[in-house]
Amino acid sequence: MISERSSVPPADAAAKYEAVIGIECHVELKTASKMFCGCPNAFGGEPNTQVCPVCLALPGALPVPNAAAIEHMIRAGLAFDCAIPAFSKFDRKNYFYPDMPKDYQISQYDMPLTQGGVVRYWLADGTLRECRLTRIHLEEDTGKSTHAGSGDGRIAGSTYSLVDFNRAGVPLMECVSDPDIRSADEAVAFLDALKRTFVQLGISDVKMEEGSLRCDANVSLRLRGAAEYGTKTEIKNMNSFRSVHRAIQSEIERQTGLLERGERIIQETRGWDEAGGVTHSMRSKEKAHDYRYFPDPDLVPMEIDAATVERVRAALPELPIARYERYVDAYKLSVAQATQLVDNASLAEYFDRAVDSAKSPAGVLNFVLGDLSRLANESGIEVAHSKVTPEALAELVALTDAKTINSKVAKDVLVRLWNDGGSAKAIVQADGLAQVSDPAAVGAFVDAALAANPKSVADFAAGKENALKFLIGQVMKASRGTANPALVETVLRDRMR
Amino acid sequence: MSADDLLFTSGARAIARSVNRRERSAADIAEAVRVALPERDRDLGAYLTLTPDLMRQHARRVDERIAAGETLPLAGVPVAIKDNMCLRGTRTTCGSKMLENWIAPYTATAVGRLLAAGALPIGKTNMDEFAMGSSCENSALRTTRNPYDFDRVPGGSSGGSAAAVGAELATLALGSDTGGSIREPAAFCNVVGFKPTYGRVSRYGLIAFASSLDQIGPFARTVEDAALAYDAIAGYDPLDATSLNAPNEPTADALRTDLRGMRVGIVKEFGTADLGPAIHAAYAQAYADLAALGAELVEVELPTAKYGLATYYLIAPAECSSNLARFDGVRYGLRVDGADVGEMYEKTRAAGFGDEVKRRILIGTYALSSGYYDAYYVKAQKARTAIADDFKRAFARCDLIASPAASTPAFTFNAKSDPVAMYLMDYYTIPVSLAGLPALSVPCGAVVPEDGTRPMPLGLQLAAPLFSERLLLGAAHAYERATQHALKLPRPQIAKAP
Amino acid sequence: MASDRIDVRHVAKLARLALTESEVLRYGSQLAGLLTFVDELRGLDTEHVGATAQVVESRNVTRPDVVGPCLSREDALAGAPQAQNGFFRVPKIIAAAE
Ligand SMILES: [Mg+2]
Ligand SMILES: [Zn+2]
Repeated sequence: MISERSSVPPADAAAKYEAVIGIECHVELKTASKMFCGCPNAFGGEPNTQVCPVCLALPGALPVPNAAAIEHMIRAGLAFDCAIPAFSKFDRKNYFYPDMPKDYQISQYDMPLTQGGVVRYWLADGTLRECRLTRIHLEEDTGKSTHAGSGDGRIAGSTYSLVDFNRAGVPLMECVSDPDIRSADEAVAFLDALKRTFVQLGISDVKMEEGSLRCDANVSLRLRGAAEYGTKTEIKNMNSFRSVHRAIQSEIERQTGLLERGERIIQETRGWDEAGGVTHSMRSKEKAHDYRYFPDPDLVPMEIDAATVERVRAALPELPIARYERYVDAYKLSVAQATQLVDNASLAEYFDRAVDSAKSPAGVLNFVLGDLSRLANESGIEVAHSKVTPEALAELVALTDAKTINSKVAKDVLVRLWNDGGSAKAIVQADGLAQVSDPAAVGAFVDAALAANPKSVADFAAGKENALKFLIGQVMKASRGTANPALVETVLRDRMR
Repeated sequence: MSADDLLFTSGARAIARSVNRRERSAADIAEAVRVALPERDRDLGAYLTLTPDLMRQHARRVDERIAAGETLPLAGVPVAIKDNMCLRGTRTTCGSKMLENWIAPYTATAVGRLLAAGALPIGKTNMDEFAMGSSCENSALRTTRNPYDFDRVPGGSSGGSAAAVGAELATLALGSDTGGSIREPAAFCNVVGFKPTYGRVSRYGLIAFASSLDQIGPFARTVEDAALAYDAIAGYDPLDATSLNAPNEPTADALRTDLRGMRVGIVKEFGTADLGPAIHAAYAQAYADLAALGAELVEVELPTAKYGLATYYLIAPAECSSNLARFDGVRYGLRVDGADVGEMYEKTRAAGFGDEVKRRILIGTYALSSGYYDAYYVKAQKARTAIADDFKRAFARCDLIASPAASTPAFTFNAKSDPVAMYLMDYYTIPVSLAGLPALSVPCGAVVPEDGTRPMPLGLQLAAPLFSERLLLGAAHAYERATQHALKLPRPQIAKAP
Repeated sequence: MASDRIDVRHVAKLARLALTESEVLRYGSQLAGLLTFVDELRGLDTEHVGATAQVVESRNVTRPDVVGPCLSREDALAGAPQAQNGFFRVPKIIAAAE
């Protein structure tokens, strides 16, 4: 292994080149059972307890495709405007590896379930971007090898490996992008878009830490304005969005350094070393693969008709990018606010329902991202599952916006709604919490306070402003917070003049 | 003839009838078979594994079910199972060192159905390794002899099953046919061997050779028994995506006694003149017998059939090169250790596979490899279409096609050392397989080979359009009933001459 | 190389078969013979013929997404040449061996 630590090139060098990045990622589909057999598709589990003749590739066992996985693929394809070809088939990709039970992977070669398409996504500054997709195809996952004897669990230096086939045969979609990505930031934003879309569609949990999303990146550089691509490297082993960002950034810097020194980029696979913060060459015995793809004779082709496509399309939820644009364009939310909501689909749906009845996106947003989110965090109960219905919140917003209640009372009412549920209006009415702005009514509270606190009145007369604050507090307390605080102060000053 | 001998010569229908009527118990049959079999098979070598305990268990269950009022189509019928079909708890070797000690943890669908119909499993039969061969000589584990001449092969790859039924060591047997592996050994062993339409019988639990061609089917001493066995094993299986989801009409009740109104195609390209005067005369007689039963003989053309062998010897190896990749020493079967996984793979596969299997893996790997895929694999797939289309055209003019089942009668051991010479045995069966058609071999006479002294049986292949099993078995029954060729040969040999 | 038609060593590597020198020679000539034999296919005009991968004409054969029984771990590992702590054990894997 060759490890090259790259120093950060000067800014003008960085400005000279443009990065050209394509992403390939494998995403495990969320189904009850595996792709070609009835074993559970579940993470964890004691090794080799979720296996059967099919996924262990016992002699004579045969695959039968999971209908839900195929439908998930159509959903994914439609979400990104992919073409859903009328005819599709499974092929065998032949290669030997110990965690590949059949020593071929059932995958799709020249007739995948989806073709083309585009992922629209946004950056932290609100810039909208597009990345075209080459294809999304369906295949099966491998088992998992644990490398032993090397001390650190790594393959290098290990003396033997242990294989668990629980994951073997889990449905996997492979998304291949065109090289339309131009920076590490964009790569992560693109992956975020994939992730939130798959989660929204309910077709994957996309948990990188459980390995349900794994991605590789192809990175090359070219002079800004150049049309042709430079020599690319493929980076592997990135196991979080953060490491994707760091790895791509580091590879861009490495390649920039090489080009600036007049050196050549070698087309190769490079592994990301999380601890070292660098990519390193993985070309040990780099040889061209010959996967000998051919149609899997154990399976029959798929024909997806237009009616099926339309049925699936009609059942698609609002997609994250559409929701984001609605929030930013129609509701004028900030990029951060819109992103926060879009990334929490149940909260966003809650928000939408509350806005539907309250017609005040700003008022609803205040509560949803403010006190409600705080209550949710403290209690561990999701807002959408709390006792505060979107309709109750809408009432609360309307009461606040109309200044029927002040913000202090609103907070108290929200807590009562959180604990007991019910209607905001009903609570305000039953407890007489509406703000009191009638000068006569406020005057009565003031007079009572002045009579009960002669010392404070004297202090105020002696020039102690603090005494006024105390008296306001007494009035607010007596009115259970309903008195209009500004009016209280005016009346107090007036009476003590 | 003793009661036991009667058992071994009886047909499946007769046995099932007597067991269903409680004239004898399945347990008694199992016991008779258990006692007699090892000695009877000692010289013939049809079986790789005997399963007396399992047979007894099944017999007990059959007797219980019949006592409970059930009628089972194969009640108490002793059956042999080719050793490429899984039977839970039983060694399943595929005739290979690779799986010499592998115990299947599950049961193939077809085997399960046969046993559920009341059959008693005698054991697992010998075969060419991974079903690759036409003589059974490629078994890595045992030599099986032809019951009509111990110096000759039983045919292959289902040689053990054919020999067991031919030698009266089983009433019925299951075999598998990829390019002729049921029909050719049936012809060699004087029995009926039937390959159904591709997809009629589930392949789940059949250790794959070439997935798009493999099909399980029965051996029996009569067409009627073959039909009974077929009816028990056929039908849709949700565990096999290539199994046909279509209603399965029973065939055993469609048997007929004449061929009136039926057009039988004689294939212009399948002339028999080159096979020698005796064989030529035998097939001429067979066709004449069909006509005598009322069939109208029509000449049909299969101009692409001559490409069948070349097509088959690309497609089948290509599929097998991938199907047999799983024998890698990781999860089951043989392992030969190596310094690393790659070396372990290479040594394991070198030690576990025999010559013919290696040859086919190599040629198949080559046909799929980069640069050769279109010229070989895709070309063969297209030729396959052309061959299937030829059959469709031919069947517009006839209802059945008649031809030899094999190019010669059973040959002597080591007679075919050149692989291509061996492949030529399946000249008549392979095009039918490529088209997925149902076909069978029924005894049609015997000839004394030039290098032999005893008459050796010949088989007539009848092939029918897709899904026409009723028509096919019905017609074969009429021919068999009228000719009775199987009974004209002397009793088969089961022990070496003293 | 025994034959200029087929690089047996390369194909054997792809197929993970260790071959002795004499096997390379023997298979080389046998496979070359077989290739000559299948060359007769060149005589068949297939320009307007589609490829048949499967004779069955069914489409969209799937199974419902329902969990079924698994093998017991004992059964799963029963045939393993080498097992350890519920895993299949294999010799060391050379990184990027494939
Ligand atoms: Mg992939
Ligand atoms: Zn499974």
